[in-house]
Amino acid sequence: MRHVAVVGYGLSKFGERWEAGLKELVSEASVAAINNSGVEPKQIQCLFTGSMSSGRFANQEHLGALVADQLGMTPIPSVRVEAACASGGVAVRQAYLSLASGAYDLALVVGVEKMTDVHIGQATTTLGTAGDYEWEVFHGATFPALYAMMAKRHMHDFGTKEEQMAMVSVKNHSNGSKNKFAQFQNQITVDAVLNSSVVASPLKLLDCSPITDGAAAIVLASENLARKITDAPVWIAGSAQASDTLALHDRDSLTSLKATRVAAENACKQANVKLSEIKVAEVHDCFSIAEILAMEDLGFFNKGYGGKAVEEGETQLNSKVSINTSGGLKACGHPVGATGVKQIVELAMQLRNEAGARQVSNVDVGLAHNVGGSGATAVVHILRR
Amino acid sequence: MENITPFTWRRLKNRYNLVGKKCTNCSSVFFSPRMICSYCNPPMETTDFKFSGNGEVVSYSLVNVPPEEHSALAPYVIAIIKLKEGAKLTAQIVDCNEKDVRIGMPVEAIFRKITEDSTGLISYGFKFRPLLNGKN
Repeated sequence: MRHVAVVGYGLSKFGERWEAGLKELVSEASVAAINNSGVEPKQIQCLFTGSMSSGRFANQEHLGALVADQLGMTPIPSVRVEAACASGGVAVRQAYLSLASGAYDLALVVGVEKMTDVHIGQATTTLGTAGDYEWEVFHGATFPALYAMMAKRHMHDFGTKEEQMAMVSVKNHSNGSKNKFAQFQNQITVDAVLNSSVVASPLKLLDCSPITDGAAAIVLASENLARKITDAPVWIAGSAQASDTLALHDRDSLTSLKATRVAAENACKQANVKLSEIKVAEVHDCFSIAEILAMEDLGFFNKGYGGKAVEEGETQLNSKVSINTSGGLKACGHPVGATGVKQIVELAMQLRNEAGARQVSNVDVGLAHNVGGSGATAVVHILRR
Repeated sequence: MENITPFTWRRLKNRYNLVGKKCTNCSSVFFSPRMICSYCNPPMETTDFKFSGNGEVVSYSLVNVPPEEHSALAPYVIAIIKLKEGAKLTAQIVDCNEKDVRIGMPVEAIFRKITEDSTGLISYGFKFRPLLNGKN
């Protein structure tokens, strides 16, 4: 396997982008990434697009072709990757594998979701299809409800408090306030979270990541080419993916995601990195409880201690491990297929010392953790400068 | 989302009578039904297995923002239930308030309307309620 590096990155503005459709969003992020890399568009040999459900959200499938077309890159091969909320991270991994294998030397990965063209009930059903439609959604389970049941069980088993979950959202809004691409750049308080409307008890509106339009893109290059393109390549040192049962109820535990544990272990092994070396991480906080589960399952904190660690401030900017410096899914926004790519963009910014007011000091290694569904897919990347 | 008739029809046995599957080799039971045992290596086939309908609550949540096809009945309590025979499933808890539900509470399956779509197609199936005498 050859070494592969991120040599350019770009984002669209995240938010309710009523003026922009899929085509505008992928173009905005891709042009930014290509310009950032300095490569000529015609040098790019293949395209990977992560999108969860463009068909249900925007009545458009065949995104591989759409992206090649809109970027003026036909006839190069272009493929769309789907793994629910992990579509972006898995698209990054597929591009990584294509370059590492020697098949290609330069690839563009774009993640995108256009979510605000449907009503909230339709969006809720569509997001639910990341779980088991027949045996979860059909019976009335929503995505917030699945994570709410994990939260309820975590509270029951470990004494985790709603206030501690609220502190995840408060921290991520604080980080998001330093990110001009974030959907929400306002600070919030624990009381604001606790007093927001209940979506699925115990999760309130401000425990939940929002509905977002947005796209993120990266340019990946094989080692020899990467060194020619830039003197600041960000290496993909580890890339691992794992699967689990589609339905939450089929798992032994509601308080731990096995796919996250397996992917993290394998990615760290490949990168030859100890978790204690990782000072910056983008984790999948689709709900506040999900960040607490991720902190524990990735191995940053002992099982059951995640809530306490948030309360102690151990995941704030420049603390033990700076988690979700971008604002995370909660504040930066969660255009589902874009999220996994955006996490890599954020780490590349951090590792290149280009993150401005939210820059973590002295970082050499970063971790990105992207989850599909209630944990049926997890993908972990380790990046190193 | 409107579900065409065969989607509901082909699962009637499972939804009406809580029929899942049992491995022909290791006797593990599954609900929802699986064609292939998750535990046996090499993979083994499964046969129909009827669950008693008794179980207990593993976790639960009051859903205020439902999928579109459940909007008429919201808010409702959704739960993960561990059946007495071993498998777990997701279903609504009815005939009680959220504050009466607790982790570990014994429940029993009952037959109820699950959804009615805009074409008038009604889907029936299982929900659960607190076990009346409190014991399985």
